[in-house]
Amino acid sequence: MSTLDTARQLPPPVVPGGSRPASRFSGKWWIYAILLLGLVAMIGPFLWMLVGSLKTQRELLQVPPTWVPENPTTSNYSRLFDRLDFPRYFWNSTLIAVMITLSNLLFCSMMGYALAKLRFVGRDKLFLLVLGTMLVPGSVTLVPLFVLMSKLGLVDNIFAVILPAAAGPVGVFLMRQFMLSIPDELLEAGRVDGASEFFLFRKVVLPLSAPALAALAILTFLPAWNSLLWPLVVLTSEENFTLPVALAIFARGQFAADYGLLMAGAVVLVVPVILLFLLLQRYFVQSQTMSGIKG
Amino acid sequence: MSEGAVRADQVVPSRTTWSRVRPHVTGWVFALPFVLIFAVFLAIPIVASFVLSFTSFGIANIQDWFSAELIGIDNYTQLFDDEKFLKAARNTAVFVLFGVPLTIALGLAIAVGLNQALGRVVGLFRVGYYLPVVTSIVAIAVVWRYLLAPETGLINLTLDIVGIEGPNWLGQRSTALGSIIALGVWRNVGFDMVIFLAALQGINPTLYEAARVDGASAWHIFRRITVPLLRPAILFLTVITTAGYLQLFEEPFVMTGGGPLDSTLSVSMYVYQQGFSFLNLGYASAVAYALFVAIIVLAAIQFRLLRSDETQ
Repeated sequence: MSTLDTARQLPPPVVPGGSRPASRFSGKWWIYAILLLGLVAMIGPFLWMLVGSLKTQRELLQVPPTWVPENPTTSNYSRLFDRLDFPRYFWNSTLIAVMITLSNLLFCSMMGYALAKLRFVGRDKLFLLVLGTMLVPGSVTLVPLFVLMSKLGLVDNIFAVILPAAAGPVGVFLMRQFMLSIPDELLEAGRVDGASEFFLFRKVVLPLSAPALAALAILTFLPAWNSLLWPLVVLTSEENFTLPVALAIFARGQFAADYGLLMAGAVVLVVPVILLFLLLQRYFVQSQTMSGIKG
Repeated sequence: MSEGAVRADQVVPSRTTWSRVRPHVTGWVFALPFVLIFAVFLAIPIVASFVLSFTSFGIANIQDWFSAELIGIDNYTQLFDDEKFLKAARNTAVFVLFGVPLTIALGLAIAVGLNQALGRVVGLFRVGYYLPVVTSIVAIAVVWRYLLAPETGLINLTLDIVGIEGPNWLGQRSTALGSIIALGVWRNVGFDMVIFLAALQGINPTLYEAARVDGASAWHIFRRITVPLLRPAILFLTVITTAGYLQLFEEPFVMTGGGPLDSTLSVSMYVYQQGFSFLNLGYASAVAYALFVAIIVLAAIQFRLLRSDETQ
């Protein structure tokens, strides 16, 4: 089944640019209606999660359900924070995501600079090698990484999560493509004045790359904060869990039917990202289209 | 780095040799931190995984790597007799086959719709549709399991109102995988929309004007102008979405645990099970490599198909 075949089953799309004013209005109201319905389907589950997290277990099972909690309670949250170790998981997740983001910003921009603006032996082969790994699925490195971490004595240590993600090929690609657009004359002028490459990198290239760095920060923070598979494999004791690991394990295990607790856990996992998203919206969309330039 | 900088300033006697070598040294100094991490934690493990897939590597070999036995292609031949793997492969294929076209088609439809609805509301819609893309799949899967719960879930309660008795979506084989496909589309459609929206905004409006003057219908214009001009975006999204969907893991892991009766077991989940529940590390590597090959082959096919169509 190709994309085009499926597209045919959709309501006839209206071409951008607008047609005659009369047909424009009549053509538009149902587009708005469908888009609005879609919007409800997108945001609804998040609101339902929030509402559910404030309900008592009895109210959660009530039929018909209540749209606004009758007896709003924070007991689900207090169970997370007092009885379970969620402050700890939150801290682990934050530490891991922040460290991964910072190291990617530094190492990927250094590598990007080398690839875009410096000439050295093996540069082009190195770039191809990095590009070649971009489609490798995470499950391929799962086993060797685990074996390696056992050898290094890092199993059940949050550094086992940080190190492999400390510098990724996507970041290098993004930084290289962006830095290619920095004029060479600017750097040459600095070199003639006797500036070292390190100085140029810090004082000229990095400030000019601010938009790419913002995009890269978002592109690395999100997967670092949200990732499940590798942390699930390598973090074995509860005190080292990240939020997604803890939530996934609780949802499959002893709290499988405790929807109030699970909704509260989901809120704790999702709200920091949503807040960042709403604050930095412009950069989020930019980061996606920037990574999409290669298409 | 500091060494390079100091020497450069001093202009030492061996100037000619050094000035020839210096750029290479500087380049590698900048590349080094990345290259080290890349080599140790990505490039070498990719090769190691390939080697492991030809061994019977188990938990006993973890301390002494070379004590593992080479067993040739046994792991790979075993794949074809392993009904659980075949089931996982089939489920993953179904997920990709339905999920990818649905995600792209819906993303395109939403983007075209939003591109029409100019003005301030676009921002609000875009944020809304994009929200699931940035949030954790684990959280989303937990919430959707609650929405899809048989008796108390919002979806079945809504269906009740119209007089339909909703099924136990995640609890029966006929609907479990379909529910997970729906969740996948719901989560990823916003990403495709953003890419399409950016591409649509890059299309020259005079093209549409000209077509309209020539009396082309809206559908015709869409098929003959919009879609061909969006081909690079479609190719990019097809490759990216397929590679992502082939790695399906979190949704079934949280929502169904692969059940009922393995009807939602995915290949990535099977790697995890074989590797870290049964500790068949060699075999798990072979499963992972089979997945890797599938991703590469599909990406190559997609490139060929979508590129060669360009002249049409």
